[in-house]
Amino acid sequence: MITVQADDLVRILPQAILAGFAILVMVFEPFLPAARKTLLGWFSLFGVVAAGAATIRTSFSPGLAFGNSISADRFSLFFICLFLLVAALTLLGSFHSLERENINHGEFYALLLMATVGMCFMAASTELIMIFLGLEISSLATYVLAGFKRQDALSNEASLKYFLLGSFATAFFLYGIAVVYGLTGTTNLLVLSAQLGRSGEFRPGAVFAWVALLLMFVGLAFKVSTVPFHVWTPDVYQGAPAPVTAFLSVGPKAAAFAVLLRIFLGAFASAGSGVFWVFWASAILTMCLGNLAALLQSNVKRLLAYSAIAHAGYVLVGIAAGRGEGTAPVLFYLTVYALMNVGAFLLVAHLAGTGERWTRIEDFTGLGYQRPAVAACLAAFMLSLAGFPTTAGFFAKFYIFRAAVHSGLIGLTIVAVLTSVVSVYYYFRLIVVMYMREGKAEAASASLPWALRVALAISVVGIFYLGLYPTDFLLLTNLAAVPLP
Amino acid sequence: MFGSYLPILVHFVVVVVVAGAIMGLSAWVGVKRPSREKLSPYECGITPVGDARGRFSISFYLVGMLFILFDVEIAFLFPWAVVYRSLGWFGFIEMFLYIVILLAGYLYIWKKGALDWTR
Repeated sequence: MITVQADDLVRILPQAILAGFAILVMVFEPFLPAARKTLLGWFSLFGVVAAGAATIRTSFSPGLAFGNSISADRFSLFFICLFLLVAALTLLGSFHSLERENINHGEFYALLLMATVGMCFMAASTELIMIFLGLEISSLATYVLAGFKRQDALSNEASLKYFLLGSFATAFFLYGIAVVYGLTGTTNLLVLSAQLGRSGEFRPGAVFAWVALLLMFVGLAFKVSTVPFHVWTPDVYQGAPAPVTAFLSVGPKAAAFAVLLRIFLGAFASAGSGVFWVFWASAILTMCLGNLAALLQSNVKRLLAYSAIAHAGYVLVGIAAGRGEGTAPVLFYLTVYALMNVGAFLLVAHLAGTGERWTRIEDFTGLGYQRPAVAACLAAFMLSLAGFPTTAGFFAKFYIFRAAVHSGLIGLTIVAVLTSVVSVYYYFRLIVVMYMREGKAEAASASLPWALRVALAISVVGIFYLGLYPTDFLLLTNLAAVPLP
Repeated sequence: MFGSYLPILVHFVVVVVVAGAIMGLSAWVGVKRPSREKLSPYECGITPVGDARGRFSISFYLVGMLFILFDVEIAFLFPWAVVYRSLGWFGFIEMFLYIVILLAGYLYIWKKGALDWTR
């Protein structure tokens, strides 16, 4: 006999509210005339804010819900807040460019909300099947979002590529779950962690334990686009509409990192040093290839895509640093990364103009003289992505590297520092083009719509706030880095 | 020992008899005026033989997908109906929400004209 307590419902309140708003948007969509679809965007934004308010209510009654499959702990609430922030920024930044591209349909907002619901469930679940469901909910929505420019061949290609490779990767994850269930008879991370804590190792033969862990890692590695599972990233980021790319490059990635933390530093933390070497190797590969490939890009969206791959590598360094050290810096990093990457992509979306024509680096030549404020914003994002002091990117990298050094990962830290020095070159290429070249920037289009201004202001202020006063937020991430799962 | 399987055997016999009777009767009583169109595998719809890359209406896809969606919905209702009494109000409310969500989807596709074949 199943019973549901009131607490169960409170503990999924943010997700429930978001899902409710997503459904309402779908229902309202056909009844609104084409010119008024932005109303649905504002309605969705209201839903995100309502879900944020619900998070506060949820934080007053933390605990497990629905037969120990959902956990409303500080860790999951932190991630839910992060996803809501990303969704809100993407919504604010998307109104105008959707209208410009003539793809301002209500479905965009509904899918965005559903993707956020899926991500929230990924971060909050302590049950592998539930995590898989969250992964599927968010993936299916983002596959469609990537192809939202229906008339555009690149966007279609992005959607199809993302769908084919993505469903392949989720199959890996599911197969990993199946093997875990075969070995232990449970898919609940709490039970798993208790069992493994006693025995320290999977009982029936360690080989299949490795198969299970590696399969799950591959499934999630695709979502966070670590080398060698990154090949889809540049094409999808380039082809998808830029506001969608802003969301894609941050949201599903952070959600998959939340799951990685919960599974590998939580339930399977006792699985030993082998897991550590997997993270070690993929961190090195990801940082090197991401940063080196970014040097060769001439398209800004592709450049940012490779930079997103490289940043996943830095986060992996944090995970490799391990349980006690790594979690809080990873949370800090993901937040900072969300602010600067969403900001950069939204700005590029605006500057690219109708049909996203101006996305080559040369198109930004002389932007610093024509649009000083806009160029300053973009420069701030680039500086932060490069990890320049006084911006949040610096402290994000610093805390990760410090955690790695404390855990004795000197070699890994050296590689990380060297590759981030390399990364300065391609981030500064954009700044050099904007400020030190004469020319008429093709990308200097119409004035910034005020919704986008709000989104950019939040990101820029966030970057400098966290870059100058990181202590308070670092304390918050320390609080959120509860022992998992 | 096999007593519990007796109802299945009875069911099997009844099915064979009823189906056989219906098909036999219609073969015996029915009037047959075959024509080329009637003898083709699908009397209505697309031509069964032709170029696989030929163009046909997107409505086939749409109706196919929507059929699967709502078919699965019915499939979920069956197990619920079996344990309806023991689930009580909890089961009722859960299923109510489930149906409401599907109804929202139904409203959406209806208003969008996905069910309108001539569009």
